[in-house]
Parts: sequence; structure tokens; C-alpha cells
Amino acid sequence: MLAILGTVPDEKFPLLCGKASLRENFLLLNEREVPIQRGTPALVVSAIKILEVLNRQPPFLYLVGDTGKGEGSRQLYRFFTEDVKKREFSTIVFHYLMPDADWCNRILLAIDELKKRPFLIADAGFMYAAKMSGNAPLFDLFTPDLGELAFLADEQAPHPFYTRGFLLQEENKVEELIKRAYEHSNASRYLLIKGRSDYVVKEGRILSVISEPLIEALEPIGGTGDTITGIVSALIDAGFDVEKACYMAAKINRLAGNLSNPDPSTQISHIIKFLPLAFEQI
Amino acid sequence: MGFLKGLFKKKAPRPSQQPRGILIFENTSEVIRAEGILKSRGYDIKVVGPPAHVRKGCDLAIEIPLVEAMGILHILKENGYPPLDWMPADDGLLKPVDLFHIKDFGRYLMVRAANMKITVHKSSLTIVNVSGGGCPDVPYLATVLVGKKLTEAPRPVELGHTLCGYALQLAYDKIKELCLPS
Repeated sequence: MLAILGTVPDEKFPLLCGKASLRENFLLLNEREVPIQRGTPALVVSAIKILEVLNRQPPFLYLVGDTGKGEGSRQLYRFFTEDVKKREFSTIVFHYLMPDADWCNRILLAIDELKKRPFLIADAGFMYAAKMSGNAPLFDLFTPDLGELAFLADEQAPHPFYTRGFLLQEENKVEELIKRAYEHSNASRYLLIKGRSDYVVKEGRILSVISEPLIEALEPIGGTGDTITGIVSALIDAGFDVEKACYMAAKINRLAGNLSNPDPSTQISHIIKFLPLAFEQI
Repeated sequence: MGFLKGLFKKKAPRPSQQPRGILIFENTSEVIRAEGILKSRGYDIKVVGPPAHVRKGCDLAIEIPLVEAMGILHILKENGYPPLDWMPADDGLLKPVDLFHIKDFGRYLMVRAANMKITVHKSSLTIVNVSGGGCPDVPYLATVLVGKKLTEAPRPVELGHTLCGYALQLAYDKIKELCLPS
């Protein structure tokens, strides 16, 4: 089963866990409705949409309110390190959580005690924590955008805010950034790099580049990175080969974007509606 | 079971690897006040000597979790004890990103600072999207900012708590500079 850990931007939202589902335009967890906005809800709903198409069970979700103070994230970390011992997950996705190197260590140690190793995916804040703590190689997949790839490539930067300027976040520098990220052990086994072109990378080697369809308007839309992470997580959990899952996720995300006929003001909830159709078209 | 141990042996986790930042104050009484305020809020901080490369402030400083700098600065300002300066607790070589990427989409303008992007509808000056980032205040800031006009939207620095929020503030300042007559 796929597990997803993340946050919602509501301090009053309690720590909840259980099977996620959809109810009309909301994500549903333990009868609590969550609006489908950018961030973890967009990731979860994208995963649900793909799992539905594949007739697979919905993901198990750990969700807590956190508006950036970190209290919710730490509450979730604490809970998860105990709760995971009772579960059997094949894939775990860590998402919009306060980057905390100590908790990243503790979570990996808890996972280390499991009978079966889950496939570990990190994006957003937890990917930052994985790099900060020196644990990046212990993850199977990161899904950075170009700016985050530059951060992974900068062995000194503790956060993307401090990525040094010589590591220009330009498309023609991608190969150099990938090489540097792996040289300093700041990358996971696989990378799915999201950008104008998407790159699938295994242990430093570019396996494929996905550039079509190219929809310029997707770049400013908040959540297009969340959807691709949700899609690839669902595909990997459903048993697709990792390289194929990354390729398909990049393609499905682009096709859904194209079908939604977006402009820079389009919201991610509109694009998500087209994911099942995009899956059929691939 | 134990599948990570080989790798952990090669790179044993240190007790704390969380990136740290330093707050510099005018005098020691401010340091003591600020320490009390931050400890009462549950922040993992400690009073230290300032790094050698710091050339201002008193002979005490406060070490903080760097990622949470923005929220900490906001609390200290609210309580009347803002620091003179703040910086990563390294050798002084790390600087905040100062490169902006500006993209014109015709009716829309996007500015990226570090890992954060903000997009505005040029004629109405409405913020239509906030993207990028990975800290949990980003979805919150997006919820608050999207749909508001640049002239009425709150400053991200007033609501955010992390370095992603701070990067969004830089992008926000830049897009205001580009879209609003000075």
C-alpha cells in the first residue's frame, strides 16, 4: 500500500491518518473534507485518480495542519515513527513537511526496523531535510524542480534560499547539476526532475528526457510539481518499473495540463480533473 | 530489516545536523530578553558567542534553527526585540540568493526568487498563482495571497515562518517593483 505524509495549511487541522478518498471536490480523510489545493492535497488526489484508473486501493494518508511553524510536522514525525511499526507499506511519500534533519534521521531509523523495505520518495520540505541530514542516498526517488536540483547540487546550501549563484538554475546546466548532486551524495537513487523538460535519472545517468507536449503556462501554476509526484508514487506502488513510472508520470502530467487548456491563472484543481483522460491517452 | 545500517555506518547521523543561524543583537540584555521569548515559544535555541566573521553587535548571540528564521524574526519584532542582523552560522560564505528570473506571459508576469515563484495578472494586478517551495508555510501563503491585488495583499514576511516564505517575499518585492509605479 502507498502511504503519504504531508500537511494542510490550517493550524486547527488535527493529526489524522487513514485511507484517503474523494468526495466531489474534496479530499476526504476520516470524514473530514480537505479542499483540493496546491501542496499535499494535490499530490494525494492525483495519486487517488491514478490508483482508481488502475483499480488499486487508495493511499494511506498521514495529514496534519501546519502553516510553517513546524509544530504540526513534528507532531506527525513523532506519531509516524511509532505508527509505521504497525503497518506494511510498499511505498512511502514524504511531502510538504518542515525540513528537520533530526527527525529525518529518526524516521529512517524507524523504517530501518521494518521487516520489508518500502520504496522511499521525498519531495518538497522532506527532500530538503534528506539532503540537509546527509541521507539523500537512502531514498529511492526525489522529484525536484530545477531550482531544487540546483540546491541538491550545492553541497554547501542548507536550504534553496542559500543556493550559490554560480549554480545557475538554467535548463542547459541540468547535466552539470545532476553530476554535482551525485558527486556529493546529495541525490536519491532515482531523480525525476520537473521543468521545461523533465529528466528521469538513475544514479547520475539520464535515462530519458520528456519535453512534449510543452505547455508554457504550466510553469507558474502552483501544484504541478505536486501532481507529478502523486502520479509517479501511484504508478510505482502499482508495480510499474521505476523508470517507466517516471516517464509515464511526466507524460501524464503534461497531457493533463494540455487537456486543461491552462493559462497562468489556472488552479491545480482544474488540471487534476484531466488526469484519468491523460492516463488513457498515453 | 537493517537495510540502512550499511549506509548509516558510512555516514553516521550526528546528534544534530539541522542547519543553524545566528541572531546578532545590540546588547546582552536584548539577547537575554530574546532568549526568554523564543524559549517560551518552544524554539530550539541557545545563547552562543558570535562567529569570528561577525563585526557588529555585542559579545553574545543566539543560535537558531535556520529554516525557521522568518517566524523567529517576526516574533522578536512583535515583542520589540528585533536583532540587528541574522545569518547562517557558518563561516560567513553563504549568502541569500539574489538572482531573479522574470518571465513575461503576455497578460501575466512571473518572478522567481530561489525556489519560489509568484505570478500576477498585469492589468488587474491580481496575484493569480504562487508556486515552488517546499516548507509548509508555502501552501498557506498561497492560500492567503492568490486572488488578492498586489496593492492589498499582505507581505509574505508578515505571515510566513521559513526561508521559503522569505524567498517568496523577495519575489513579491520584485514583482511589485516591476508592476507598480514607484
